[in-house]
Order: sequence, then structure tokens, then C-alpha cells
Amino acid sequence: MEPYERHWRSGGRQARLWAYAALVLLLFTVAAPLGLAWAQEAPAGSATEYRDILPGILGSRNLIWIIAQQHLLLAGFVLGVPIFAWVCEIVGVRTRDPRYDTLAKEFTKLLTSAYATTALFGGILLFLLLGLYPKLMVYLTDVFFPSFIVYSVLFLLETATLYLYWYGWDSMQGAKKGLHLFLGFLLNVFAFFIMIVPNSWATFQASPVVITEGSMWAKAWAATWNPTWWPVNVHRLIANVVLGGFICGAYAGLKYLMTQNQAERVHYDWMGYVGNFIGVFGMLPLPFAGYWLMREIYQYNQQMGITLMGGFLSWLFILQAILIGILFLGANYYFWLGIMYRIPGSEAKYRKPIMTMLVILLVCLGVWMTPHSLVASLEEARKMGGTHHPLLGVFGVMSAKMTVVNVMILVTFMSFVMYWRAGKQETATWAKAAKIGQGVILGVATIVVVVLGVWGYFVPAITRINYFSTTQVLVVLFVLLTITPLTALVLKSAKTTTEMVWGIMPPRAAYALVLNAVMVILLMTLMGYARSSSRVHWHVYGVMQDTSPYAYSPALGYAAAFMSLNTFLFCLMVAFIFWVASLGGEKKEGTSGKAHVKEAVKPAVAGAPVPAAGRR
Amino acid sequence: MRGSSLAMKGAVLLVAVFVVFKFVAPLVTAPLPMSLIWLYLFLTTVGIVVYGTLSSESTEALLGPIFRFLGGDGLNGVAKFARLAVLVLVPLLVGGQTYSELVPSSQPPAENRTIHPAPPGEFVGLTNPVPNTPENVMMGKGLFAAFCSPCHGPKFNGNGPASDGFNPPPANFVDPGTIAQLQESYLFWRIKKGGVGLNVEGHPWKSAMPRWEVELPDDWIWKIIMAEYAGSGQKPGTWE
Repeated sequence: MEPYERHWRSGGRQARLWAYAALVLLLFTVAAPLGLAWAQEAPAGSATEYRDILPGILGSRNLIWIIAQQHLLLAGFVLGVPIFAWVCEIVGVRTRDPRYDTLAKEFTKLLTSAYATTALFGGILLFLLLGLYPKLMVYLTDVFFPSFIVYSVLFLLETATLYLYWYGWDSMQGAKKGLHLFLGFLLNVFAFFIMIVPNSWATFQASPVVITEGSMWAKAWAATWNPTWWPVNVHRLIANVVLGGFICGAYAGLKYLMTQNQAERVHYDWMGYVGNFIGVFGMLPLPFAGYWLMREIYQYNQQMGITLMGGFLSWLFILQAILIGILFLGANYYFWLGIMYRIPGSEAKYRKPIMTMLVILLVCLGVWMTPHSLVASLEEARKMGGTHHPLLGVFGVMSAKMTVVNVMILVTFMSFVMYWRAGKQETATWAKAAKIGQGVILGVATIVVVVLGVWGYFVPAITRINYFSTTQVLVVLFVLLTITPLTALVLKSAKTTTEMVWGIMPPRAAYALVLNAVMVILLMTLMGYARSSSRVHWHVYGVMQDTSPYAYSPALGYAAAFMSLNTFLFCLMVAFIFWVASLGGEKKEGTSGKAHVKEAVKPAVAGAPVPAAGRR
Repeated sequence: MRGSSLAMKGAVLLVAVFVVFKFVAPLVTAPLPMSLIWLYLFLTTVGIVVYGTLSSESTEALLGPIFRFLGGDGLNGVAKFARLAVLVLVPLLVGGQTYSELVPSSQPPAENRTIHPAPPGEFVGLTNPVPNTPENVMMGKGLFAAFCSPCHGPKFNGNGPASDGFNPPPANFVDPGTIAQLQESYLFWRIKKGGVGLNVEGHPWKSAMPRWEVELPDDWIWKIIMAEYAGSGQKPGTWE
């Protein structure tokens, strides 16, 4: 036996030993809590309301928290990626650029393994809910049984469509591409309904509508169409696009860091750009959807609104500001790095505008992150005359927050426009007028947003919420919807002065992509906790009280630790899914990968034919 | 040359931000708590790192001098001594900070108190049943002077003669961050039920506010509320 073979065999033995040890551990960790749960017997003659798992160590609520959050994050990924893939496929057909089709296919491949994992977690969640919260589940089943059936049917349709969409990819090219696109459309339609049906269950718990008369379908429909259902639907739909985009970016970033093949670096650099673009594109309207949701919550129940925005959960919104702020900075940083690296010689031209945008972003972030009630020692509070600072305290209220969020959206949008224009020279005769027009639109919009923000301090809250904030949002949307087509028109006839070079971004660009994905996941875990905790000690707000030993809100530090744990677990799972998906193509990649280490020749140029290895 | 200047500019900017918020700001307004100053310093650091790492050249300009200084290659004279001092001082600072965090102190810890806990359902959305007439406001002001001004102050600014005895201090109604953010029904709940009436959802909380329902009839409380808004120049928050 050769030495390397002995080494391999001994390594194999060791690996098997580890595998057995892991299996024993797994059995113990699964069996022990289940044993404890089963050990609890209900008093004779009464229905079991709750069961617990490892009380004091884990607890039923914590277990549900983890599983539900993992299921939701996976579901967000599984519902966001088809939108992402389908849009990429359409762009590929329209632009005849095969890279988009490759990208769409690469992500649909991830979808198949992610879809199974999501369903698995959904099943585990259902079993655990049935076992640990039987009283609640009986009640919810009574209300929602018809929608359970609808959900099952939707799942069948979604699964069948996904199989056709994925396995038919290669055979539905050319003349059958239209059919494939239609399947992609159907996939997204079913996915959308798969999202909104369970949303109705969760939103019903927060804002229930209960009718006592009528058929079971009428009761289910009334409960489904509750006040926060559509705001959550819209918010989650957009958030899923953001999640899909940024995870695509993170995937590309990691691949970019790992590969030594220049053609692959070109491909993953471009993929990272597309992922970041879609993430940012989704992120811009997201705050508006969140604002609408909060408004509906206030309208439904002010007490719940105050618990969230002014009460003990209000600190979560400071954390939210920090996370979204990092996300905005990360996304802009990536755009700026793109300008600096992909467009050679651009540093002198763009340094100053970038610095201006960075300063505006940081000032806005400073305002957004300033809490209304400051964390202060007794001595500091005495000097301030309370926990409100007489000057900076004004930054703590919604008028200031809404204003800076809108300004940050405008800056991020302009960052993208700057990237879009970089390295090109307009040739249209009316280009100068268009530029002036864009400047005027942007300038006036910024002034209107700021003036309304300041004015908002001097009007009744309802005027600010119903008119001023809405106007701010409409003004920003107007900017997005006018400057985008105007820029596209101007650039249609523009000539390229500096070719964009892909594949030479520094590693920190890839780290920025990974950071953005982690921030989005953290944000989802944070706001998931906020939404769920706003019900306080109610399973169904005002209808069914939580009488379990866990009918209290956990401390914020404890909750933050769980959010981090959930983020970590989800990242592990996504990494696993990426790894599983790469197994099929590993051999092929392996042969091309190392063989091309020294082929890192001239970086590819945008618009030039992409090397075959880069397209894959 | 440019390298050292970018790293140096960053350091100068950080020091300047600290000086402005810590020492200059108190000249024109109340001192800022350290939690806020750290937040702004963090943002400034992020800004410096983002701007400094936009290109290879600027990254080298920002980080190169720091790495070279810490690495110690080619350093001599004062620079060598400074490096040693930094390498000794940083662990000492960390140790000192750890010690000061852990050492028992008579000072209460910084709090993240919930200022506006959610009111109970029965107090949400109540409207003031007392007509807002000059007579009622005048009567409210009289009641305020008798029952509330010892703590909340005759000028409604939380600066009454008894205010120094409380932590947290009595609310300053002139501050747009207090009653101007709230509806009348919220004030009615807080006055009527006082600190002891705060609900579980409102914790963590501490309030020395008396439970006035024992002393005052409801219509007096509503009149006091009208007087507080009129006297402080604020308007009640509205929703519907």
C-alpha cells in the first residue's frame, strides 16, 4: 500500500468515526427533547394546551422561533430567486446576451435544493406547532382550514411548474423559449400566492378579523383579508427580491474570491454587479412599503403601534436604522468601487462627487440612528435635563427619520446613475438640456423632501402622516421614474469613452457583497421578531391570550442573540445549498479551474465577447 | 507624502469630531451623552475607511502608514519609541476600560428607558369631553398650578421646585418630544393612573407620577390636559 493510500485510508477511518459521533449526537439532541416533550401528560379530562421542550435550556418558544425564522428566510430566498431568475431570463432574451440566461439557470439550480429544504423546514414547523401549541393550532385550523386546502393545491402546482421550469431549461431554448418564459411567469404567480396565503395566518394573529356567522369559506376569507395582510404581502414581496438579489451578490462575491480563473472572475464580477443592482433596486421602495405597514398597524390598533414605535420595541428600530444604514453604505460602496476599478482613469473625475454623496449619507445615517430617548448615565441625563437632548432630540422623531431615509434613497439612486453614465459621452443634441432637467428635478425634489420634513414638526401628526410623508414618497418616486428613462434615452446614443473592465475588482468589493447579504438576513430576523413581539402576550391579538410560561417578551439583548443565531444558521444553510448545487458541476469546473490558473490574461471588456469559460 | 497625509487627515478628523461633540457643543447646548458621541465617531470612522479604500492608491495611502508603523520596518528614533508606546498603551487602555466597566460603582448604569409605553386598550382613542373654552383652560391652569407645577414647573418646562428630587426628572412639556407627540387620551391615562398604573408591557419603567384618580375627578384631569397644551404652546397629537 502506498503511503498516500494509507494516509487516505486512515483519513477515511477518521472521517467515519466523526460521522458516527455526529450521528450519535444528532440522535441524542433530537431524541432527548422529544422524549421530554412526550413525557408531559395532560391532566385527565382536559385538552392539552401546551407542551414544552427542554424547559430552562431551550424551551418550546425558542425552538419555534428558530425553526419559523429559518423557514421564513428560506421561503424568502425561494420566492425571491424565481423573480430574480425570471427577470434575468427576460433580459437575456431581450438583449441577446447569453450571460443573463446562464445566470438565471445557475440560480434556478440553487432553487431546486433550496425549495426542498424550505418545504422540510415548513413540515418541521408544522409538526412542532401541532405538538407544542395544540390549542392555538386547533383555533387556527378552525378559522383557516379552507385556506390550508388552497395552500396544498398551490404547492402542488408550484412544484410541478418548478420541475418543468428547471428540467426543461435546455430543451426549451430557441423556438420554445417563449413557453419557458411563460413557465417562469407561472412559477412566480404560484410563488406569490404561496407567500400570501401563510401571510394571512401570521397577519391574522396580529390583526384578527373574526366573524361568527357565515360558511367556513366566508370566515376564512374574512380572517384572510385582515388589515395588515396586504401591507405585509407587499413588504415581503419586495424584501424577497432584495434578499434574492443580495444573496446572488454574496454567492458571486464568494465565488469571485475563491476562483483563480480569470474568465470566472469576469463572470462572477459581473454576477456580483447584477445581484447588487437588483438588491438595491428592490431596496429603494422597501422603506415606503414598511411605512405603509406601520401606518396600517397604527390604524388597526394604536396600542400595538405605540408598543412598536414608541414602546419597548422602539429600540429595535434604532438597530434597524444601523443595519439599513450599513446596507445603504455597502451598496453605494460597491457602486463606487465599480466606478474606480472597472472604469480605468475615473478616479480624478469621480472622487469629489463620491465624497459629497458619502458625507450626505453619513449625516443622514447619523440623524436616523439618533434615538429619541438617549442612553445616558444619571449625570449625563441631569445635564441634559432628561433623556431628550434639547437640540438633537428633534432627530429622534418620525419627521426627521422619514426625511433622511428619502434623501438616502435619492443619493443611492444617483450613485447608480453616476455608475451608469461613467465612461460614456452623450452625443444627442438635447443631452445637455436633459442633464440640466435632471439636475433641476433632483434639486427641487431634495428641497421639497427637506422642507416637508422640517414643516412636519409644526403640523398635527395626522397631517404629517397622511399628506407630508406621502408627498415625500411620491416626490422620490417621481425622481426615480423620470430620471431613469431620461438617462436611458440619453445613453442610447452615447459613445463609450472608457471601456468597462470586468474581473479586476479588489477583494473588498466581494466582502461588501457578502456584508450586504448578511445585513439583509439580520434585518429580516430583526423585523420578524418585531412583528411577532408586537402581539405581546397574545397568540391572536385581543382574541386568544398566551397562557404558556413563555407569555412574556424576551429582553432585547436575548432577542438580539437569537437574531444573530438565526442569521448564522441561515448562512450555514445557504452555504450548504450552494455547495450541494456545485457538486454536479464540480468535476467539469475542476478541470477548467486549475488548468486556467495561469491563463489570467487580459481582463475582459464590457461589450466584448465573453470567454466561453466565463459563460459556463 | 500623500499616503501619510490621508491617514493623518483621518486621525485629525476623528479627533476633531470628538472635540466638537464633547467640548464645543456644550458651549451652545446641553452636553451630549457619550453613547451618542461614540455613535458619531463610529460613523466618522466608517466614512474614513470607505473613502480611503475606494482605490488601490488611496487604500495604500490610508492603511499603508498604519501597517508600516505597527510592523515597525525601518522605524527609528522617535517613531520607533512611539510604536513601542502604542503597543504598550493599547493593551493598557483595554485593560483599564475593562477594569472601569467591572469595578463596583455607586453610579446607576445608563438606561434605555421606554419613554412612551403602550397604553391599555381602554385608554386608546378617548377624546376630551370638556369643551375647549377659555374658562375651562383657565380653570385647568389653576388646577395645574395647584397639583402639577411643583414638579412640572409653573412654565410647564419640568423645572418645578421639587423636580431636582426625581430621577428621571419630570417631563418638560415645552419640549416638542413629549406631549406634542402624544394624544390627549395618552395624557389622561398617565395622569389618572400614575406611575403605579403602568402596565407590564410598559416596562422597564420607573415613574414617580402620582395616581391622580384618587384625588381628581375625570373632568378636572381633562381640563389640566387642555392647560398643559395651551401653556406649553403645543398641540395634541391626532390620528383620526
